[in-house]
Amino acid sequence: MEALLINVDWYEIGIATLETLLMLGGSLLFTVIFGLPLGVLLFLTGPKQLFQQKGFYAILSLITNILRSLPFIILLIVMIPVTVMITGTSLGVAGAIPPLVVGATPFFARLVETALREVDRGIIEATQAMGATTKQIIFNALLPEARPGIIAATTVTAITLVSYTAMAGVVGAGGLGDLAIRFGYQRFQTDVMVVTVLLLLVLVQILQSVGDRLVVHYSRK
Amino acid sequence: MSVESRPGAGILFFGKPKVIPVIKFHQVHKAYKTEGRMIPALQPCDLEIPAGQIYGLIGHSGAGKSTLLRLINRLEEPSGGRIEVAGQEVTSLQAEGLRAFRRQVGMIFQHFNLLSSKTVAENVAMPLKLAGQMSSSAIADKVASLIKRVGLEEHANKYPAQLSGGQKQRVGIARALSTDPKILLCDEATSALDPQTTGQVLQLLAEINRDLGLTLVLITHEMDVIRRICDQVAVLDAGFIVEQGPVAEVFLHPQHPTTKRFVQEAEQIDEQELHADFAQVEGRILRLTFHGQTTYEPLLGRVAREAGVDFTILSGRIDRIREVPYGQLIVAFNGGELEQAMELLSASDVHLEVMR
Repeated sequence: MEALLINVDWYEIGIATLETLLMLGGSLLFTVIFGLPLGVLLFLTGPKQLFQQKGFYAILSLITNILRSLPFIILLIVMIPVTVMITGTSLGVAGAIPPLVVGATPFFARLVETALREVDRGIIEATQAMGATTKQIIFNALLPEARPGIIAATTVTAITLVSYTAMAGVVGAGGLGDLAIRFGYQRFQTDVMVVTVLLLLVLVQILQSVGDRLVVHYSRK
Repeated sequence: MSVESRPGAGILFFGKPKVIPVIKFHQVHKAYKTEGRMIPALQPCDLEIPAGQIYGLIGHSGAGKSTLLRLINRLEEPSGGRIEVAGQEVTSLQAEGLRAFRRQVGMIFQHFNLLSSKTVAENVAMPLKLAGQMSSSAIADKVASLIKRVGLEEHANKYPAQLSGGQKQRVGIARALSTDPKILLCDEATSALDPQTTGQVLQLLAEINRDLGLTLVLITHEMDVIRRICDQVAVLDAGFIVEQGPVAEVFLHPQHPTTKRFVQEAEQIDEQELHADFAQVEGRILRLTFHGQTTYEPLLGRVAREAGVDFTILSGRIDRIREVPYGQLIVAFNGGELEQAMELLSASDVHLEVMR
């Protein structure tokens, strides 16, 4: 066993795992905080929706698409000055979180928009007929009804963020993916590669199954 | 002589004396803008819906009935005209006023539109929670009594997905009644239900109308629904109200081609078959319409004896319009004194229509 994993430094692996989890947790939290309202806004101003705003929606949609089409590695570098403004550093976990959030927010917002579109229009109409305010329609009808879809969107986003974190090594944020690239790939340490990839696999598996369970728990259909 | 021209017919057969309208439309119209063009959905119409009645709007899909219904609680904005509901000018209401007004108008839907993420009790409580004027305990009491009223006590904590279609519509009804509305709008409320469940839901709606004095406005594409529970009906065709009046009058003596088609669908009359039958018999063919108590009288036999005519029944139906029985027979008369037979029938309040 020891001979097989000769290059594996378990302390390094532990640190890298922690870094990945920190990047994931931090960026997921902010992605949801920014992405959820953005998704709601995209939905409401979208075609044939409650606050249809053709021009506004077109601009918002374009910005979202531009951010989504930017390769993450480029975003990471382009964002450096902004990241420094926000966190005071462009390095480490703190330096990786702003680009991760900017990269994942448009993606998550689109998924939220899609989840909201899945809500039966009749439910909005029924809620309007009850004399609900727009705020009430959003918080008492739309979001509860779209909850399983939003949880599924969060799961997909979290897993996407895991793969983004692998690139965060560029700004020295560390993490499992960075370990896999630097030691496993560049130094031909296959054992490190296998261990880190297995750990990432376990992480993705856990995220997916927790997400799936939550979706089932909140689905009443 | 027609049924509705008899003195007192209104009181006897249409159940309720004339009352003040609770919903008034003055030249209301609606057009939608699609791809830069205005598509009319509802042509300028005047409508008065009397308080406490069940008013039916019938039409094929695209006839404008759904638009008309949604104009009442302004889920659709009118393109022009004035709408008055319970003394309020709906067309001029602003945001807050409109929301308060909507709480006085309940609405149920073809596909129920219940929140799948909320239990039966939570769904029924929703309009009260949104209004925010009652304490949680008062809401709970009210919800319990509403759920009892629609017969779903055992299902209060279930989710809509666990209920049958009929049960879902009962939840919809309980929810619509929670804010004690004066008016209940029913959007194809039974169209997604099987015939038996349809009967039960219609009965519940009729009970609500009777017990709470609620005005019901319902839209449907089935004349049978109109026949079973409505007092008055308006027929819509391509955005126009082409015929309106008491159900008995419209149903038994339809004037407009669209109305006639609806009645034929409900009666399952096949024109071609009927005319094939005509070829098989001799003499004068009449359509006899009985309404009310006349339906039970042994008229045909008596007329045949007194006028010395023979008769063949070619088609017929005995049923009820709301609670009132009616009969419609197509009869061929032969020999004897036909004129006398017709006079005798007319004198007994039977409406006659010569078919051949």
